[in-house]
Amino acid sequence: MKLRVKFKKYGPIRFIGHLDVMRYFQKAIRRAGLDVAYTGGYSPHQIMTFASPLGVGMESNGEYMDIEVHSLISCENAMERLNRAGADGIEITSVKVLPDNAGNAMASVAAAAYTVRFRQGREPAFHITQALPDFLAREQIPWQKETKKGVRELNLRQGIYELSWDGSAFHMLLDASSAGNIKPAQVIGAFLENCGQTLLENALLITREDLYTNTGTGEAPVLTSLGEIGSDKLPAETESAASSTSDRLPEEADFLREDEKLTDMETVR
Amino acid sequence: MTPHKRTLALSDDILMRVEKPARYIGGEVNAVMKDPHEVEIRFAFCFPDVYEIGMSHLGIQILYDMLNSWEDVWCERVYSPWRDLDHIMRKEEIPLFALESQDPVKNFDFLGITIQYEMCYTNILQVLDLAQIPLNAAERGEDCPIVIGGGPCTYNPEPLADFFDLFYIGEGETQYRNLLNLYSECRREHAGRREFLRRAAKLPGIYAPSFYEVTYGENGVIKSFLPIEEGIPATVTKEIQMDVTNTYYPMKPVVPFIKVTQDRVVLEIQRGCIRGCRFCQAGQLYRPVRERDVETLKQWAMEMLRNTGHEEISLSSLSSSDYSRLPELIDFLIRECGRQQINISLPSLRIDAFSLDVMSKVQDVRKSSLTFAPEAGSQRLRNVINKGLTEEAILKGAALAFEGGWTRVKLYFMLGLPTETEEDIRGIAELSNKIAATFFETVPKEKRTNGRVQIVASTSFFVPKPFTPFQWAEQCTKEEFIEKAYQTRGAISEQLNQKSIKYNWHEADASVLEGVLARGDRRLCQVIRRVYEKGSFYDAWSEYYDNDRWVDTLKECGLSVDFYTHRERPLNEILPWDFIDCGVTREHLWKEWEKAKREETSENCRLKCQGCGAARFGGGICFESRGEE
Repeated sequence: MKLRVKFKKYGPIRFIGHLDVMRYFQKAIRRAGLDVAYTGGYSPHQIMTFASPLGVGMESNGEYMDIEVHSLISCENAMERLNRAGADGIEITSVKVLPDNAGNAMASVAAAAYTVRFRQGREPAFHITQALPDFLAREQIPWQKETKKGVRELNLRQGIYELSWDGSAFHMLLDASSAGNIKPAQVIGAFLENCGQTLLENALLITREDLYTNTGTGEAPVLTSLGEIGSDKLPAETESAASSTSDRLPEEADFLREDEKLTDMETVR
Repeated sequence: MTPHKRTLALSDDILMRVEKPARYIGGEVNAVMKDPHEVEIRFAFCFPDVYEIGMSHLGIQILYDMLNSWEDVWCERVYSPWRDLDHIMRKEEIPLFALESQDPVKNFDFLGITIQYEMCYTNILQVLDLAQIPLNAAERGEDCPIVIGGGPCTYNPEPLADFFDLFYIGEGETQYRNLLNLYSECRREHAGRREFLRRAAKLPGIYAPSFYEVTYGENGVIKSFLPIEEGIPATVTKEIQMDVTNTYYPMKPVVPFIKVTQDRVVLEIQRGCIRGCRFCQAGQLYRPVRERDVETLKQWAMEMLRNTGHEEISLSSLSSSDYSRLPELIDFLIRECGRQQINISLPSLRIDAFSLDVMSKVQDVRKSSLTFAPEAGSQRLRNVINKGLTEEAILKGAALAFEGGWTRVKLYFMLGLPTETEEDIRGIAELSNKIAATFFETVPKEKRTNGRVQIVASTSFFVPKPFTPFQWAEQCTKEEFIEKAYQTRGAISEQLNQKSIKYNWHEADASVLEGVLARGDRRLCQVIRRVYEKGSFYDAWSEYYDNDRWVDTLKECGLSVDFYTHRERPLNEILPWDFIDCGVTREHLWKEWEKAKREETSENCRLKCQGCGAARFGGGICFESRGEE
């Protein structure tokens, strides 16, 4: 049975890198006494997939890890045990049983939402609210991405699905798919450059708010939070209930406001 | 753990700039948090090396657990900041902090430093310096923490005497409660720092160097070593925890976020060693052998695994094969750990049918290698060092192992042992060759899975240590060491199976300096301080070790490397550590030194008591019935 564990990461623990978060969970799952499944062979390891690595120093309200278990008392129970076995700053906020056909967390990621603030004293010296529309109106925002095969020229604009400023923080929804992944610092960096300024080192306080998967099609994507996939009931209990993902989406989809609508993509949160 | 908001000592900017910021943030699972207002004594426990090394040390974990089990004490951890952060802390004048509370160490009551190897001595000064505590104890005021050292190097604390207020000689379980009570008492009485140290000096196992005076003769050797006040003991006897079962052991070891050297549960099965190898300091210091109750160990193993979530457990002792209940313990672990996908790591096992059987159950034979530590190449020299491992046993063990599918063998030797000849050195090559030949004789061609056998022979340079029969021995010079390494390499290249043998050797520079510090006296304090002030620390990391700086500074201070290393000491010379009584008598060590020169061996403790003196502690193997091994 596949479980999707959603967690927050905040406080000092944000300085723990991605690989160490994996190690942390391997041990936490043992301490919690979950009936976790292992791979075979001489050095068996827990079957575990993370949706998307979170950069060192970033906080998150929506991280995801898929694990496989042989048995489970209840989702609630697993969450409680993981939290009891955990360290300050990693907090499990939901555990759900995934449908058998669900893609794994990593392969599923299509987009990520972030809240981004400037550290005190590192704000740019121009009026952000006034400057933002001009930046968003551009059709091309060239960006050089360094890959193993060399430098690739990208259009950052395509991956910015949503970008707004509320007077103290940016809210953004960005492409996080393996093909087009972009980072908040790249976006803010390009924005500042657009206004003739450069982003100072370590100027941003970034919180990842959530990760999304595309439950629509390639042509008509529908972004759904990874946390919406699956059920908090055990399979036996859900057998009769409709279990397809779309049925459990909120009735009232939270559409983007018209003025923020950057693409023709429909976002459901 | 009480959930409360911890404020880090380092800013985000700094943490984002340094390598592995997780070294400095604390907050690990099982780290102990207390309310500073509800404790009387703040104790910072330091391992003066980088976090990943320090976190792997069992001794601190035991004492951390013990000190925190007392309501009036909060013990926290401190490690050497890595060089990147060190640089920033100096520039920005950030005081060194303890991981749990992130509070400056200089505001603590105690700074305990475990001293595990000589090459960390400059790191001790780094820690004091970053903590903004005066380096020399004499410069410290009433508000400074009491700086106390412990660990194996304190069996010759003299090269560090100026930097410590106190040394704790022996096992920490026994006297810390008394020491802390004395501290509280002195505080209530407003007795002052000096008076506390004076009273502490009278506690068993506690050495307060400032209450002793050393004079030197014209030839540079010690003329006298005496207490300067009435009532201060002339001899300090090591402390020892005789009942190792009903005592402190951490059931909830701290689980680091980052991968550390010892990333596993460590189960200490016994203390001490029956073997009496003449080069080995631990084998003498931790006498007598005390075994832990096997049922207790089984319980501890399971509880620690549950509380840490570690995927591996390792047995710890100087010689695990000598633990009398080993088969029972291993059976239990294989059964329980197999069920829970937990790996078992078994270091320090003698290679025989039993251990090979066990190892084949717990590891992948094809990927793992076997380790033998003959230490010397010839039987003659093995007799000198009393290493009771014969060529026959090695070849038999190797043959069994090759039959079992192993193809990789590691061999450990020492160069520069007392009485060593060219023939002994050639023995290293010949033994390696015979092991390779054994492979080709034992394993028929069609069964040679990897096609060949890999033998890795490694040599380290012998450093005589205090409280061993070789404490009087002459150590080789750097040039002699290097010559011996060349001889070894040459001899290996002449062997028939030389293609199957790989040879590694350690650097000679640091081994000579290690020898100076190991058997040094108080005059080395100024050398260590000057070398540190010139910029040396992390000497244990070869990339940061500056040998010339050490040699030059020794000269500047009017001291010579050869005085400390390149001479045999006579029986009547006062050794800097003679005021310490580790249980094993000087007479016994001298007797063993003479037997070594006569190439005579001594039986191990289980076979026959050699009368070393450790029986006076009233327990352990000294009082068990003797029988066959």
